[in-house]
Amino acid sequence: MEPSLARYIWSHTKRQQLWIVVIVVLSMIPYFLSFDLPKLIVNGPIQGGGFEAPGATQPFMEFSPDLPFIGEIHIFSGFELTREGMLVALSLVFLLLVIINGLFKFYINTYKGRLGERMLRRIRFELVDRVLRFPPQYFKRVKSAEVASLVKDEVEPLGGFIGDAFVQPALLGGQALTAMLFIMVQNFWLGMMAFAIVSVQIVLIPQMRKRLLRLGRERQITARALSGRVGEIVDGIGTVHVHDTSNYERADIAARLGRIFKIRYDLYQWKFLVKFLNNLLAQVTPFLFYLIGGYLVLRGRLDVGQLVAVITAYKDLPGPLKELIDWDQARQDVQVKYAQVVEQFSAENLIEPEIQTVRYEPVGALSGPLAAVNLSLADDGGATLVERVSFEIHPGETVAIVSTTAGGAEAVAEAIARLNRPEGGKVTAGGVDLLELPEAVTGRRMAYASSDVFLFHGSLRDNLLYGLKHAPLRPATYEGGEAELRRWNIEEARKAGNPDFDLGSDWIDYGAIGASGPQDLFAVVRNVLNAVVLSQDILDLGLRSPIEPKRHKALIDRVLELRNALRARLEEEGLSELVVPFEPGAYNKEATIGENLLFGVAAGPALADKALAANPYFLSILRRTGLGRTLYEMGLEIAEQALELFADLPPNHPFFQQLAFMTPEEIPAYETLLQKLTNKPFEAVSPADRAMIVALSFAYIEPRHRFGLLSEDLMERIVEARNLFHQGLPRELRGQIERYDPMTYITAASVMDNILFGRIGHNHPDGPERIRAIVTEILETLDLHDEVLDVGLDFNVGAGGRRLTGGQRQKVDVARALLKRADFIVLNRPLAALDQRAQGQILRNVLEEARRGGHSPAVIWVLSNPAMAAMFDRVIVFSAGRLVEDGTHETLLAGNGIFKELLS
Amino acid sequence: MLLKDEVGMLQRIPLFSGVEPAKLKLLAFTSDRVSYGPGQILFKQGDEGDAAYVILSGTADILVDSESGQIKVAEAEPNSIVGEIAILCDVSRTATVRASGPLEVLRIRKDHFLRLLREFPEITIEILRALADRLSHTTAELIDARSGRD
Repeated sequence: MEPSLARYIWSHTKRQQLWIVVIVVLSMIPYFLSFDLPKLIVNGPIQGGGFEAPGATQPFMEFSPDLPFIGEIHIFSGFELTREGMLVALSLVFLLLVIINGLFKFYINTYKGRLGERMLRRIRFELVDRVLRFPPQYFKRVKSAEVASLVKDEVEPLGGFIGDAFVQPALLGGQALTAMLFIMVQNFWLGMMAFAIVSVQIVLIPQMRKRLLRLGRERQITARALSGRVGEIVDGIGTVHVHDTSNYERADIAARLGRIFKIRYDLYQWKFLVKFLNNLLAQVTPFLFYLIGGYLVLRGRLDVGQLVAVITAYKDLPGPLKELIDWDQARQDVQVKYAQVVEQFSAENLIEPEIQTVRYEPVGALSGPLAAVNLSLADDGGATLVERVSFEIHPGETVAIVSTTAGGAEAVAEAIARLNRPEGGKVTAGGVDLLELPEAVTGRRMAYASSDVFLFHGSLRDNLLYGLKHAPLRPATYEGGEAELRRWNIEEARKAGNPDFDLGSDWIDYGAIGASGPQDLFAVVRNVLNAVVLSQDILDLGLRSPIEPKRHKALIDRVLELRNALRARLEEEGLSELVVPFEPGAYNKEATIGENLLFGVAAGPALADKALAANPYFLSILRRTGLGRTLYEMGLEIAEQALELFADLPPNHPFFQQLAFMTPEEIPAYETLLQKLTNKPFEAVSPADRAMIVALSFAYIEPRHRFGLLSEDLMERIVEARNLFHQGLPRELRGQIERYDPMTYITAASVMDNILFGRIGHNHPDGPERIRAIVTEILETLDLHDEVLDVGLDFNVGAGGRRLTGGQRQKVDVARALLKRADFIVLNRPLAALDQRAQGQILRNVLEEARRGGHSPAVIWVLSNPAMAAMFDRVIVFSAGRLVEDGTHETLLAGNGIFKELLS
Repeated sequence: MLLKDEVGMLQRIPLFSGVEPAKLKLLAFTSDRVSYGPGQILFKQGDEGDAAYVILSGTADILVDSESGQIKVAEAEPNSIVGEIAILCDVSRTATVRASGPLEVLRIRKDHFLRLLREFPEITIEILRALADRLSHTTAELIDARSGRD
């Protein structure tokens, strides 16, 4: 990156900077004129210059420039105006100039703002682009949060400054110069005076400010030291007492405070001294103007209008000067920041941009062998992992790599995936060094999965298809306003040096996986998911998620069929008690009190969770039925029980998942609340506190929590309140709730809840598991299995895929690698989170799935269990960083080598 | 039966008798109340053990496989615990337990139970004491049996 900020800015924005400077210069003309005008107004119409005779007129807008060599030419003789008329006309011109000046300012400010923002966009993009091109080793040294904050925060002030970088000094300097020049023109000596004082200001103030900066830094350092010292005293208080050194500590603290006081006092003094001087210098000039200028007027060497104009012009001088000084400070600050960013983002061995060029056309298969030639690898510390290893793997071969602990097999796999750059030797594909192949080739014709999986925040589908998004293959078509916006986006992206790839295009490379488009993609994906045994997991996720109504219309249309099928099946198996259905006129004991009251699912925030207890309409129902008090008392009881049960558990304890009433963070709040409310009559409790307590009762399920708080009578009253609630539901709340209706699909609820349309009984052994098995079967018979699987693919995996289990993440990674239909599939102990049996099953499936549709990729699998090597054509054995054995499973087994040892 | 009654039940089980009631309440709260119909099986011999069961009401037959088929070796009654070894160490079930009539149990899951022990060492100590007690009894019985045989 360009080490000098000024040069960086200049090289990318010189045309714009020059343009804006031209505009600034142009803007100086009306600016200058607006100084001259007061003189004309005062001397002309006000003082009556040129209007000595009554009824005299003067020409307005006369234009007869006096050109050199040619002399005066008469172009326009102007309008003849009286004294009053002239006053009005000149004042209007003044107003016009004010507006023109304002417009210039407006244009300049927006222009440089846009310039700055564009440059900020460019810098940020450039930084992230470099991140994408850093060699893999670089990432082992940097913290991701630091890089992110550099891109986000540190460069932010740069954007603001870049717009100002050249314009600000030009504009402010120009303004100051214009004002100066104007004064000079009026009277040379007055001008020299102003100039002298301004020079003092410009030299002195920044010097004085330097001391302010130094003091500020000192203040920060001493304050930090103080807080460290106080912390030390607190931690070492025992030692202080033991040695009777409390007074020594007092002395130390007092001394430090004294030092801080001195610095701060200095700071104030200096700060206000600078201010005082600045003001003084600014005010001394008018004083001199009045005095000397006045004297000159008295002597008739200067007219009053000129003096007024000089004073007005001078008013505009200190402002720009101060800003100029500020600009200089910002420049220094930004330069330091920029230097830091450049330093952080400078790395050797950046990946060449050509390696990553976007490629739209398909890449031909890698037909040559993959070979390691004298390959040596080291870890970050420089310790050798693999030494001078050579082997060759032919297309279509399946190879198991087995190694002793620290044998080096994993490092070799990483080197093949280009995640670890060789210390010596190379890895080649068809004779070409892998590092010289474009990523378009390695990323498409080779696949890699390891146990160290990274999933991006997004849906499961996005993550599975991530490995197919190499280029915007199917451009999206835009019309009308969208097309306009797209054009604008392209233009802006180019101006800021960003690529104009459209994120809205379809990036998925359907052809590579043998699909013709989105319509038959799913069939391919499903095979792969089956191979890695992920279908059931995804089905479960689908069952637990709400659907996208437009996409999964089949589920909405056939929900009754599903519900009936489930009922019939349960009946058949004598399990009809397993699910307690929602019935409009009955209390459902297995559901929460909240659900029973609402008898529906909150579709918006107004009735969701704890907001329900504060909703005015809902409260009015509680009041009318007298339930408010009952539920409040119940809430108190629950609070007491819950606090007793959970108060001394650490906040991240898994038991909190069982506590449906409150989150660990809420516990302290409820503790205080409970203390406050004990023995306080219901009527005296504030509505907010009441809502907090009542909300606790909503999560209560008698068979689950067993506090003994639900009586038959209460259940009846709740059903009554439910009916009242739905009868009078105000219009604005209608969109906030989807009522439980046996005949319709509830879009706000999960697929499972929709099929069950009830709650699973809590006291049935393995209730949820049995229901799940039955529902899976029903989905299969009704041919809705794939539909729910598709819902499951919408599941958001969370940051880094954390909402999936470790095993699921690894399966997704293998599926992703399989899906690419690459020529070389490298699997580096990809399923470490699974048990041996599951690993073996998936391994078999994957070897088979890789060959689907006539493909015959080479599969290179680093095994964690050598016993599985029997399924491969060839076995390579590493020990202590060396390749020790290489051959078919049978030959290795026959020999008495390390492989046999590993097996036993 | 309410949570507090379950706590009373747990207190009467020797393994838990020394543990303070507040902690037993947490144990009961994090456990599931499960009902079985007559003939339903709680767990099978040879299965991996994942939970212990405290009988709250009803009885269960404890059956062991033998050459001549399953034989009933004991009956579990209210206030007793079955399968408790499984939640303390990794062994497979040594017997099959089947409800002999309508049965209510409290299922203490192994992972919950172990977490509780990890969180509150005082419970661990009490359980250890109960186990050591049992061990010394068994040892004494073994010695008795041996001396009887000799």
